[in-house]
Amino acid sequence: MANIITRRGFLAGTAGIGAGLSLGVNGALAQAQGPLGVGFIYVGPVGDHGWSFTHDVGRKHLEQTLGAKVKTTFVENVAEGPDAERVIRQLATSGNGLIFTTSFGFMNPTERVARQFPNLKFEHATGYKSAPNLATYNARFYEGRAVIGTIAGHVSKSGIAGYVGSVPIPEVVMGINAFTLAARKVNPNFTTRVVWVNSWYDPGKEADAAKALLDQRADVLSQHTDSPAPLQQAEARGAFGFGQANDMKAFAPKAQLTAIVDDWADYYVSRAQAALDGSWKTHSVWYGMKEGMVKIAPYGPGVTDAARAAAEQVKADIISGKSHPFMGPIKDNKGVERVPAGKTLTDEELNKMDWYVEGVQA
Amino acid sequence: MNPDVLVAVFLTVITASTPLLLAALGELVTERAGVLNLGVEGMMLMGAVVGFAVTLTTGQWGLGVLAAALAGAGLALVFGVLTLTLVANQVATGLALTIFGIGVSSLIGAGFVGKPLPPLPRLAVPGLSDLPVVGRLLFGQDLLVYLSLVMTGVVAFVLNRTRIGLVLRAVGQSDVSAHAIGYPVIRIRYGAVLFGGVMSGLAGAYLSLAYTPLWVQEMTAGRGWIALAIVVFAAWRPGRALVGAYLFGGITILQLYAQGAGWLPVPSQIFSMLPYLATILVLVIISAGPWRRRLDAPACLGKPFRPAA
Amino acid sequence: MAFRIEPRRAPPASLFYLTPVLAVAVTVVLGALLFAALGYAPGATLYHFFVSPLTTVNGLAELVLKATPLAMIGVGLAAGFRANVWNIGAEGQLTLGAIAGGMTALELIDVDAPWVLPLMALAGVAGGMAWAAIPAFLKVRFDVSEILTSLMLTYVAGLLLALLVHGPLKDPTGYGFPQSAMFAPSANLPMLVNGTRLNAGALVGLAVVLGAWLVLARTIVGFQIRVVGEAPAAARYAGFSAPRIVWLTLLAGGGLAGLAGVFEVAGPIGQLVPSISPGYGFTAIIVAFLGRLHPVGILLAALLMALSYIGGENAQVAVNLPRAATGVFQGLLLFVLLASDFLVRYRIRLARPARAAP
Repeated sequence: MANIITRRGFLAGTAGIGAGLSLGVNGALAQAQGPLGVGFIYVGPVGDHGWSFTHDVGRKHLEQTLGAKVKTTFVENVAEGPDAERVIRQLATSGNGLIFTTSFGFMNPTERVARQFPNLKFEHATGYKSAPNLATYNARFYEGRAVIGTIAGHVSKSGIAGYVGSVPIPEVVMGINAFTLAARKVNPNFTTRVVWVNSWYDPGKEADAAKALLDQRADVLSQHTDSPAPLQQAEARGAFGFGQANDMKAFAPKAQLTAIVDDWADYYVSRAQAALDGSWKTHSVWYGMKEGMVKIAPYGPGVTDAARAAAEQVKADIISGKSHPFMGPIKDNKGVERVPAGKTLTDEELNKMDWYVEGVQA
Repeated sequence: MNPDVLVAVFLTVITASTPLLLAALGELVTERAGVLNLGVEGMMLMGAVVGFAVTLTTGQWGLGVLAAALAGAGLALVFGVLTLTLVANQVATGLALTIFGIGVSSLIGAGFVGKPLPPLPRLAVPGLSDLPVVGRLLFGQDLLVYLSLVMTGVVAFVLNRTRIGLVLRAVGQSDVSAHAIGYPVIRIRYGAVLFGGVMSGLAGAYLSLAYTPLWVQEMTAGRGWIALAIVVFAAWRPGRALVGAYLFGGITILQLYAQGAGWLPVPSQIFSMLPYLATILVLVIISAGPWRRRLDAPACLGKPFRPAA
Repeated sequence: MAFRIEPRRAPPASLFYLTPVLAVAVTVVLGALLFAALGYAPGATLYHFFVSPLTTVNGLAELVLKATPLAMIGVGLAAGFRANVWNIGAEGQLTLGAIAGGMTALELIDVDAPWVLPLMALAGVAGGMAWAAIPAFLKVRFDVSEILTSLMLTYVAGLLLALLVHGPLKDPTGYGFPQSAMFAPSANLPMLVNGTRLNAGALVGLAVVLGAWLVLARTIVGFQIRVVGEAPAAARYAGFSAPRIVWLTLLAGGGLAGLAGVFEVAGPIGQLVPSISPGYGFTAIIVAFLGRLHPVGILLAALLMALSYIGGENAQVAVNLPRAATGVFQGLLLFVLLASDFLVRYRIRLARPARAAP
């Protein structure tokens, strides 16, 4: 109701606890009974134009691609609290054979329902608990952050980026760090100033934070909140910014340099197809630009040729595995060396990240 | 801090405070007439979505603003019929109005998510708007900012200096006596409730047309509740509503600047608490201070009234 | 022709039973029109809203589980509303109760003893009371409106919870996510019905409702609360202490909200997370008034509100009814129920136009 304290999904990586123990629960049952029911539960409204919206784009794509072979259902705006388990169970008892729970806070409820329904398949986004009938999936958004950081390093004249942060969870922290590391490879004096709005969903406050950053000499903005409001401010002030979750070019045709696009569509199709043909197995995946779960939107007019070339190079190197955004040496913002030269942060270390790299002021 | 930055900070404070002030002024008049409408959030959302939709489809922001005011008034009318004519409980009806408003605005807005809109034009007075420091502050705002300030004066004047204001306050202080003297209590309350709806609708329009020209569901993000708190903070006086709105908006913005400048190494949640804590603190200081002037809530606030025959 | 509306002196008893039936009928008609207008089959949608949640044991268990915090908080708030004490910050008091109870559980995570749960409940009540004590103190000492303070403190409570689960209470083995460790089994409420999530909190909730009924109807305190609210002047004359009533009602409301908070974290959630309540503290205000501030009415209203939320989810799952339409329907339902009181208290008569005065 009043929605005084807004809540959103917490993204983060899979760390693969107990992954790979498949008991071979397959889709034979659902297959025999007509279309496969695929249920989705979203933490926000589908009209948020951000996180939940992108998952729903994926769901629609699934319906279009597999047609009559699947029947999808979704429940939106489900709070991460006592209600989640009931909704997941409701989906489980309503003829769905495969259920996607798309927010970190749904992890424990999903695990409990999965235990009660061993014949159904569950997939939880961004968590770390898995089971024979519970897979986890997440996207390496930090790879996209490295690409946009490279562009920011080239485009920024003041050498200061403003970063509108939602809440300080590892996913957001690693995004800030990947962005700053990449920008500092271009401009060693580059700094990133972070303002937290402590909400995933308040366009007004995001705009205010963007203004505060622009007033403090930032000339390029990045954001880990959902709305296009910071980009609109960049457009109004003649600064630059990056879209979040979607291509937000329409809101800032001049200011948007590019956007990190979440693309769940192929994943949903492949998992539903696997459930249909009986090859579904649990797993813990963390897909990135290589698999197409993280995409970079077309470059805007503000991207210089040099920036474009550098961004494409970073992208290609990450995809080919030649480089990694978190390759050492990396110092934190207190001057302590965290990653020695020749080493790279492991996935597990990334998922626990609670420190900032050199150049971040948060 | 150089003057340019100070001006910039204050410009941001103005945008953050204007929707709070608009909605608070409307609710203040409603409450002065003895009616408590807790549906501000719902009415703001209606204003936001209708203002956005009409501006986008007609290309006329004037029409959009007007439609937003009417949409707010429309929802207020529902509240009026229920609480004034059918004597339903005001607190519960107001809360139900918010649930209803969130739902209706989301239904209307479903097709408008992700659509861009140019921001509300800013007034530019040739010459004056280019003056250093004061130019941008005084002469470069959009229409609704000026309206919020003008309305503060108008509401204060009407409430304190005119006959209709006197009658409205009488209705809020003692509906039975006002009725006995022959004032149309219910009709006056309808007027006050509708005024509240218009102002909430405008506050919503400010959000979706000027503050962040876009529509997403529940984009008010709790500002209607803050506006209600500001009315209490203001002790039902328009001038103090202005102070309250700018105090809350100001501290909200200052903590964001403080974070950006890296002034204090404390967790960001502490920064985010500041506007709420400061509002309480300032009110306590005002209430405890020697300049305190007692002003209680309108005596009939929230109480049902039905004229006997 | 004109209508005349006049108050009934003594509403006939039959109306008390008839109006709810009428209200339901009107709501069903309005709902059918709404759903049909939006392109959903009216009959099926209404069925999933009101009937299907009640057809399974699990559905009933979920209904009671969701109604429990609403009823407990509603009863606590009603005491204040009767005395004109406007605590609208039950959501924040719930949060503090959850924090206090949850911290107790985490502190005793290695202890397997039957007293852990009662201690958590006490801590939760104390936490909720402490948060409500701030508005009470400021009201009594400085005459600062509890409407403002209790609402503002709700936001502060949410941020405090976020601060704790992002910091000191974060599960060290939880991969940096902002949530605490799962509580030990001794810190979870015992289940009432196997295979469902219905826990012993529901029994406590029921006891709270009955207890409040007794207090309000049968004790001096209950009498004082009513008098202070309905006739402050008379209360002063009779020597009742208004500050005492402010303290009493705010602490009662805060304590019950805090208890509801503990029951959420010790029941369906099982740990501290950044968002604990889906707005129970606010919905409970509606519940209190929908129940006419009477404990039994509040219990029924809590069940009805819980049904409308669960029914809305069911309709989303079964016929893809969007969440927004659920909100609209809930609003309509509440409007009708709140307005239906009118028929009890007033009657509408055809006024005879040209009747000469005697």
